[in-house]
Amino acid sequence: MIDLGIGVSTKLETESINQIYGTFMTFDRLKIFGRLSGLSLLVLATLACYPDQNMSTFFTDGPVAKRQLDVFWWILAGGMIVTVLVEAALIYAIFKYRRKSEDYIPYQTHGNNKLELTWTIIPVILLAILMVPIIQTLFYSANTPDHAKAEYTLDAIGHQWWFEFRYPNPADPGSQIVTANEVYIPVNEPIAIRLESEDVIHSFWVPKLAGKVDMVPSNGNTMWFQADKVGEYFGQCAEYCGSSHANMKFKVIAVEKADFDAWLSHQASKAVEHTDPLAKTGAALFKDLGCSGCHSLKPEINLKSDGSIAKGRVGPNLAHLASRRHLLAGMLENSNSDGSINNAYLQDNLRNWLQDPDKIKPGNIMSSRAQIYTDPNKSLTEEQLSALVSYLTTLK
Amino acid sequence: MSTLTIGIPRPTHPTGLWSWITTIDHKRIGILYGVTAFIMFITGGIEATLMRLQLAGPEQDIVSAAVYNQLFTMHGTTMIFVAIMPLGAAFFNFVIPLQIGARDVAFPRLNAFSYWTFLAGALMLKLSWIGGATDAGWFGYAPLTSIDQNPGTGIDFWIISLQILGIASLAAAFNFIVTIINMRAPGMTMMRLPLFTWMTFVTAILLVLAFPVITVALIELTFDRYFAMNFFNVAQGGSVVLWQHLFWVFGHPEVYILILPAMGIISEVLPTFSKKPLFGYSTVVLAGVIIAFMGWMVWSHHMFTVGLGPAANSVFTITTMLIAVPTGIKVFNWLGTIWGGSIKLNTPMLFSLGFIAMFLLGGVSGVMHAVSPSDAQQQDTYFIPAHIHYVLFGGAIMALLSGIFYWFPKYSGKMFDDRLGKLSFWLIMAGQNITFFPMHFVGLDGMPRRIYTYSSGMGWELANGLSTLGVFVLILGFLVVIHNITRSWLKGEPAPGDPWDGRTLEWSIASPPPEYNFDTIPTVRSVDDWWHTKQSTAQDPVPVGGGSGDDEEHDIHLPQPSYWPFVVSVGILIAAYGVVFNDLIVPWALAILGTFIGFIGVYSWSLEPVNDPDPDTNH
Repeated sequence: MIDLGIGVSTKLETESINQIYGTFMTFDRLKIFGRLSGLSLLVLATLACYPDQNMSTFFTDGPVAKRQLDVFWWILAGGMIVTVLVEAALIYAIFKYRRKSEDYIPYQTHGNNKLELTWTIIPVILLAILMVPIIQTLFYSANTPDHAKAEYTLDAIGHQWWFEFRYPNPADPGSQIVTANEVYIPVNEPIAIRLESEDVIHSFWVPKLAGKVDMVPSNGNTMWFQADKVGEYFGQCAEYCGSSHANMKFKVIAVEKADFDAWLSHQASKAVEHTDPLAKTGAALFKDLGCSGCHSLKPEINLKSDGSIAKGRVGPNLAHLASRRHLLAGMLENSNSDGSINNAYLQDNLRNWLQDPDKIKPGNIMSSRAQIYTDPNKSLTEEQLSALVSYLTTLK
Repeated sequence: MSTLTIGIPRPTHPTGLWSWITTIDHKRIGILYGVTAFIMFITGGIEATLMRLQLAGPEQDIVSAAVYNQLFTMHGTTMIFVAIMPLGAAFFNFVIPLQIGARDVAFPRLNAFSYWTFLAGALMLKLSWIGGATDAGWFGYAPLTSIDQNPGTGIDFWIISLQILGIASLAAAFNFIVTIINMRAPGMTMMRLPLFTWMTFVTAILLVLAFPVITVALIELTFDRYFAMNFFNVAQGGSVVLWQHLFWVFGHPEVYILILPAMGIISEVLPTFSKKPLFGYSTVVLAGVIIAFMGWMVWSHHMFTVGLGPAANSVFTITTMLIAVPTGIKVFNWLGTIWGGSIKLNTPMLFSLGFIAMFLLGGVSGVMHAVSPSDAQQQDTYFIPAHIHYVLFGGAIMALLSGIFYWFPKYSGKMFDDRLGKLSFWLIMAGQNITFFPMHFVGLDGMPRRIYTYSSGMGWELANGLSTLGVFVLILGFLVVIHNITRSWLKGEPAPGDPWDGRTLEWSIASPPPEYNFDTIPTVRSVDDWWHTKQSTAQDPVPVGGGSGDDEEHDIHLPQPSYWPFVVSVGILIAAYGVVFNDLIVPWALAILGTFIGFIGVYSWSLEPVNDPDPDTNH
C-alpha cells in the first residue's frame, strides 16, 4: 500500500477501507439499482414529451447540429450518472451519519490512498473514452466539405444590428448578389459560409442547423451547415454586440433547389420601376432625403480585384426589400403563414419603423445619423411618410 | 528611533470612527471587508432583480435596452470584483492569522491600505451609475469598448476602478503570501496548515500571477481610448481577439480565485461538524494546487466559437475536461470526510452540504460546455448563466454563507439563531434552484444571454417566469440572513471561545479574540492541533468575552494604528477620478493632485514614528 507520509499506518487504512466498502455492501444494491433505473425512466419520459421550440437545440434539422447534439447526449448521460451517484451518496451519508450523541467520537480516519486513487483514475478513463466522439465531432463540424466550398459559398456580414448576406452572382463571377436578414438555401445541400463583421463581434447561430461561430472583424471565420428539410429556421446573434443585441435576428429559409435558383435570379434582377404616382414621389424622396446615401438599390456589389468582398453601404440593401418575409432583422413579420408577402403587414411595419425607429430598435444608426431624425425641422411629414411607404412596398 | 520621523504621531483612537479609519488590526479590517462586500453583494443583487423583472415575461418594458445592458455589466463586475472576491478577503483577514497562530498579518498597514483601496475601487465602480455605467459586459470585449463605440465615461470608470481593485488585490495577495510563509506558529509546517489557509495561499499566488495580465489589457485599452492607440483597432492592424486572450488568461484563474477560498471554507466546516479529520488532507491540498496550475491552461474554452480552429479547440477541450478530475477528487474527499462521521446539521454545516450538492451540478454542466462541439450550441446562451450561477452562487456564495455563520461566534462574540439560520438555508436553497435551474432549459431552447427582451412564441416564457419567481424566494432568504446576523450581533447570547468543538487554532482563544489574539504563541504538533490538544489533555475552558486581562498583555507589542494607508487610498481615488475627468477645468489637474496626495501618504507612511508602547515604564 502506498504511504504518502501523511502519518497514517497501513493497518488504519485497511480498517477504514473496509469500513467504507462495507457500507456499500450492506446497503441494498438491488434497491439502489431499482431506484436509479426508475429515475432514468422518469428522465427519459420527461425528455420524450419535451416540446420543440423555434430555437431548440434538441430538435435538429441538419447534420452539424445533429452531431453536436449526439455529443451532448453522451456528456449528459455521463454527467447524470456522476450527479445521481454523488448526490445519492451525499444524501445517504447525511441521513445515515447524523449526530445521535454529542459524546460519540467517530473513528478518526485521515484518508485512504487506494480509494482516492480509484476515484482519480476512473474519471480519467471515462473522460478519455468520451474524448473520442468529441474530437471527431469537433473536426467534423469545423471542416467544411469540399463540394460545399465549390458549389455554395456565401458571405455573411454582421452589422449593428442586422445581417447582410451575399451570394455568388450566377451571371457575373466578379460580383455578388446582396440581401439582408434572410438566407435562402437549397435543401439537402451543404452550404459553406464565410463570416465577417463590419463593426463589433457578432455571432452567427441557427440552433437547428449548426452551433454558432462568431463574426469577428477581419478574422476570416468560416462554417458550414445543411438543412435536411424545407422550412424556415430561426437564427439570432449570440454574441453581445451593443444596445439592440436582442433585436438582431435572421432566418434561414431552406427551399427546393429549383425554387432557390428562381429566388436567386429574382434577387439578381434590377429593382422594379414604378408607375404609381405616390410611389414615384416616394422614389424621389428616397434620394432627396438622403436615404440612398446608406441604402443601396442595386442588387449586386462588385468584388475587389483580389477577389475579396467589398465594403457595402451602411444600411441594408433595399433592392428587393418587399420580397423579404421580415423587416428589421427578423423583428417584424411581413408574411402570411404560407410565407407569401402580405402587403398590409408590410406597409404597417414600414410606417411604424419610419415613424419612430428607436422605439423598435433602440440605438439604431439610422435614427442617430439620418437628418430626418436628427434635425427636427426635417422630420417626415405625413405625406412624405405615405409616399416612402408606398415606394418601398413596390420593391418586390 | 529614527531621526527622520515627521511630526505627526501615530493615532491612538481606541473607539469611534477614527479607530476604524486608522485601524490596522486584521480582525477589524476583516470585518470592514465583510460588511462592505456584503453591501456590494446587495447592490449586485438589486441589479439582478431588475433584470429578472424585465425578463419575467416577453416584450416587457420595465427598463430600457440601454439600462438593461448596464445592469448585466454591472451585476457581473460587482459580484466578481467587489462582492465575492472581497468576501473571501474578509475571511482571509479575520481567520488566517488566527489559524496559523499569529498576532497579525505580516504588513498590517499594507493590509489597511488594501481595504481602503478596495473601497475606493468599489465606490468608483458603483458611483458610475450616475451619468451612465459601462454597458460593454463584464468581459468588456473589444471593440465594444472603443471610443467610437462607447464614447461615454462608463467604460473609463470601469477600466480605472478595475485597476484600483487590482492594486488592492495585489497588495493583499502579497501580504497573505508573506504572512502564511513567515508568520506560522512554531511547529505549523506547511502540511499542517488548516485547509482554508492552504487554499488562501494558493488563491493569493493565483492573484499575484493573474492580475498583471488584466492590468496590461486594461492599460492597452486605456491607451486606445485616451491616446488613440490601436491595440484593439482592427482597421489599423490591431486585434480584437487579443483582448479576449488577455482577458481570459486572467479571467479563468479568476474563477479559481473565487472558488478556491470557498473550497477552503468547506474543508474547515465539514470536518468540524462531522467530528472527523478531512479525508485525504494531502490529496485535497494537492488537488487545490493542481486546479490552480491547470487553471492557466484552459482559458480558450471561453473562446470556442471565436474561430481559433479545431486544433486549438481540441487542446482546450482536453485540458478543460481534465480539470474536472482534481475538482472531482475534492468532492469525493468531502464525501469521505462526512462518511462515517457524526454529522451535526446546523446552519454552517447545511450551507456546506448545500455547497457540495449545488457545486456538483455546476461542475457537471461545466464539463458539458468544456466540450467544444456541444459548447457551440451552449456558448452565450442561458445555459452558461445557469452554469456560472451553480458554481458562483451554489458554490462560492453558499460556502461564504457557511463561513459567515461558522465564524460568526468568533468575529462577533455572539451566537446566531440557528433556527433562523436553517430557515434562511432552505429559502436560499429553494430560491437558487427555482432561479437558476430553468436557465439550463431555456438556454438549450436557444435563448441567448444578454438580451434585454425576447418575443413571445419562442417557448421561453415559463422558464423565465420561474427564474424571476425564484429571485423573490432568494430575497426572502437573504432578508432572514441579514436579520439573523444584525439581531444576533446586537443582542445574541455571548459565544464561548470554542462553540463548535473546533479543530483549528482560532477556536483555542476567546470570542471575540483579544486584540493580540494569543496570550502565548501556541506550538503546533499536528494537523487539527487544537482538536488533538483537547483530546489528549484536560483543558481549562476558554474564557467568555473579550481579552483575558492577563498580566502578560504588557509584553505583547502590537503594530500601531496609522492614518497613512487611508490617505494613500484617498489620493488614489482622487487621481482615478482625475483620469476619468481629465479635461475638467485644468487638464489632468485632479489626477496630479491625487497622485501628490498619494505620494505624501506613502512618504509619511515610510517615515512614520513608532509610539513608545509603555512610556511610563521605560520599557
